[in-house]
Amino acid sequence: MTMPKMTPAVAQGLSLAVATGLYGISFGALGVAAGLDVWQTVVLSLFMFTGGSQFAFIGVLAGGGGGGPAFAAGALLGVRNVVYGMQINALVRPGYTPLAAHVTIDESTATALTQHDPAERKRGFWVAGIGIWILWNVLTLVGALLGEAMGDPKVWGLDGAAVAAFLGLLWPRLKGREPWALAVVAGLVTALVVPWVPAGVPILVAAVVAALWGWFVPEPGPGAPRLLRTRAPRDPRGPRAPRSPRNPRSPRNPRGQGDRGGAA
Amino acid sequence: MTLWMWIILACAVAYLTKLLGYLVSRRWLESERALRVAGCLTIGLLASLLVTNAFVSGSSVVLDARLGALIAAAVALMLRAPFLVVVISGAAAAALLRLAGWG
Repeated sequence: MTMPKMTPAVAQGLSLAVATGLYGISFGALGVAAGLDVWQTVVLSLFMFTGGSQFAFIGVLAGGGGGGPAFAAGALLGVRNVVYGMQINALVRPGYTPLAAHVTIDESTATALTQHDPAERKRGFWVAGIGIWILWNVLTLVGALLGEAMGDPKVWGLDGAAVAAFLGLLWPRLKGREPWALAVVAGLVTALVVPWVPAGVPILVAAVVAALWGWFVPEPGPGAPRLLRTRAPRDPRGPRAPRSPRNPRSPRNPRGQGDRGGAA
Repeated sequence: MTLWMWIILACAVAYLTKLLGYLVSRRWLESERALRVAGCLTIGLLASLLVTNAFVSGSSVVLDARLGALIAAAVALMLRAPFLVVVISGAAAAALLRLAGWG
């Protein structure tokens, strides 16, 4: 195997790998602060390897919840990876599916889908995915060892670090009025049910409310930002093109005709 | 179940979830409603985790030094600071407020 050339996708993937890998330190330290041992923290980074779910898992434990709610919160937060997998499979076709699936996360998907050239998409996906996996794991170990050496996590403000980490994960998704409204509702629901149910469960109640919101509240009109941030135009003819020719019979276009005078 | 078992189960489910995306039909990609539910779920869960970690103590809602962490992190994000700086700002704010005797 030859080293990939330093193309724009490779450069973007590497810089994202360094930036993302670095906050593996905070995951490591917070995992230990939440009551995991160093090995448990490291195993989550090696094999779960999806930052949001990992932080969710330890976030529930830190709040006093048990393994069950922690598992459920992590599993639900991983649902978005299904969408990423579909997009990568359809638009990038990276090959080595069992391996590609493991490194299909926010950052590798974003790197791949912001490229336009098919070869660049593939390079961006692999460099970001594997680069982040390596650095994320090395720095999780560093963070976990540091966290262990720190002693009482509250003195160092590690519980404040967890708050900041969740805000940092949420922030890039709060584009437009609807995501803000949904976030406020989910937050209020959480605070309201906290006194009445066991620790960890309020997060699952909020998840149900958010899913119902997505199912029943109509999507804001065209031009409003999408809730999943890594959507690529699915057709090279541009976002206004009707439908890809591979799937001409879509619900919006039941007769399988193009919108441009039937020329398609 | 021990914590180790939950960890292993959570890792297995996370992997299978990712793999599922490669195996399901492409037609799902065209389902706007499925995409929308996935997007809403992500935002709802993160907002709930944020509130839990910022304001919940045991089974009650409290205001303590973590509120300072939340504000510091928001300021850092508005200044477009990188993730690690955001996290450190939150930790520093909470630690300093406690040093000053609050929360």
